[in-house]
Amino acid sequence: MSKHIVSMNLNGRKMEEAIEPRTLLIHFLREKMNLTGAHIGCETSHCGACTVDIDNKSVKSCTHLAVQCDGSEVKTVEGLANAGVLHAVQDGFYKEHGLQCGFCTPGMLMRAYRFLQDNPNPTEEQVRIGMAGNLCRCTGYQNIVKAVLHAAKTLQQQEKVAA
Amino acid sequence: MIPPTFAYHAPRSVGEAISLLSTLGDEAKLLAGGHSLLPMMKLRFAQPGALIDINRIPELRGITEAGGLIRIGAMTTENELIGSALLQGKLPLLPEAALLIADPQVRNRGTIGGDIAHGDPGNDHPAICMALDATFVLQGPKGERQVKAVDFFHGTYMTALAEDEILTAILVAPFAAGTGYAYQKLKRKTGDWATAGAAVVLTMAGGVVKQARIGLTNVAPTALRALEAEAALLGKPINDAALNVAAAAVRAACDPAEDLRGDAEYKTAMAGEMAKRAIRAAAARCK
Repeated sequence: MSKHIVSMNLNGRKMEEAIEPRTLLIHFLREKMNLTGAHIGCETSHCGACTVDIDNKSVKSCTHLAVQCDGSEVKTVEGLANAGVLHAVQDGFYKEHGLQCGFCTPGMLMRAYRFLQDNPNPTEEQVRIGMAGNLCRCTGYQNIVKAVLHAAKTLQQQEKVAA
Repeated sequence: MIPPTFAYHAPRSVGEAISLLSTLGDEAKLLAGGHSLLPMMKLRFAQPGALIDINRIPELRGITEAGGLIRIGAMTTENELIGSALLQGKLPLLPEAALLIADPQVRNRGTIGGDIAHGDPGNDHPAICMALDATFVLQGPKGERQVKAVDFFHGTYMTALAEDEILTAILVAPFAAGTGYAYQKLKRKTGDWATAGAAVVLTMAGGVVKQARIGLTNVAPTALRALEAEAALLGKPINDAALNVAAAAVRAACDPAEDLRGDAEYKTAMAGEMAKRAIRAAAARCK
């Protein structure tokens, strides 16, 4: 099948590639762009280990075609840190021990990154519901909830300082 | 995980999409949110030769009110339903029920139109649309036609939609003041399809039921409208006797498939229970 020329803004950098229509965004990111932070944990769109940010929304990149991203802004876990300084969600997961094997972590971080912009001051219950599209085998979720709440507090403090 | 090869088209208008459907025939499938179609293609249950992506058609989006009806573009995502102030004010069943569908990521992509057009008895919108008495707008090469939700679902994955038609919008009358509503969904976990579900829209006058509409999820080859249960409620106060009669009528309408969510006996019993809970919750919201 003929390839389509697709241009997207990936982690702030413009890129253009010829892509076969059936290529899933997750495979494009991992295999073509070597952005191997996003992972694959299932083939039924449940686990959310492949979650990336597309046009300011959390999307499971295993259920999105790379050709559909023409003109889109895509952000992956590799784009979260700013000049080597960890983003508040990365720091929160580190401080609260919100990861063990680390396989779900990139998807969790990308989801938390977007969730906290949609809901900057969530309750514990809202965090659990807001993170329901991401499965974890190791943590039992408890420390992930703490990590997201930790990040929420950090982001609020950063906002106050900036204001 | 690996879908078969296909050609990809991204039309910018409904007219363009319909002419592509007509030209490509039954080898083509419309690609909406892609959260039912791509999973089936990744498992090679479906192997269309071409996908017509309708995500870049602005006329399929948006929630508006005109002429006494709310029009929901078929490509409105689940999260857009949840966030819509218009729906929260005038059709609150939809945003409330959409929160019970899938998970946040899926709701950023999955659309109300796709949920309906898929024709899966496990999906939630079919029964909800029956309870809302929604009308579906279908557009094909010969123009537009309208089909009521109650007439739309013909079988598992089968609907009134012709191969060269696109579901473009869902039309629903806003709730009259004081309308009660509820969607009760029994599920094994967040993000799973219902074991059984019941959508109810209710109005009361003088302490008795004036109007009732009940839609049932995942307890038959299609979503069901429980007409006998509705009739049983009319003119009655909501008490245990009325609820038991309605639940018995709901159970009689069920024809569930047996699977990992339970056998027919369990799902049938749960449909009655979900209907009871939804009727009670809807009645409590009636003013």
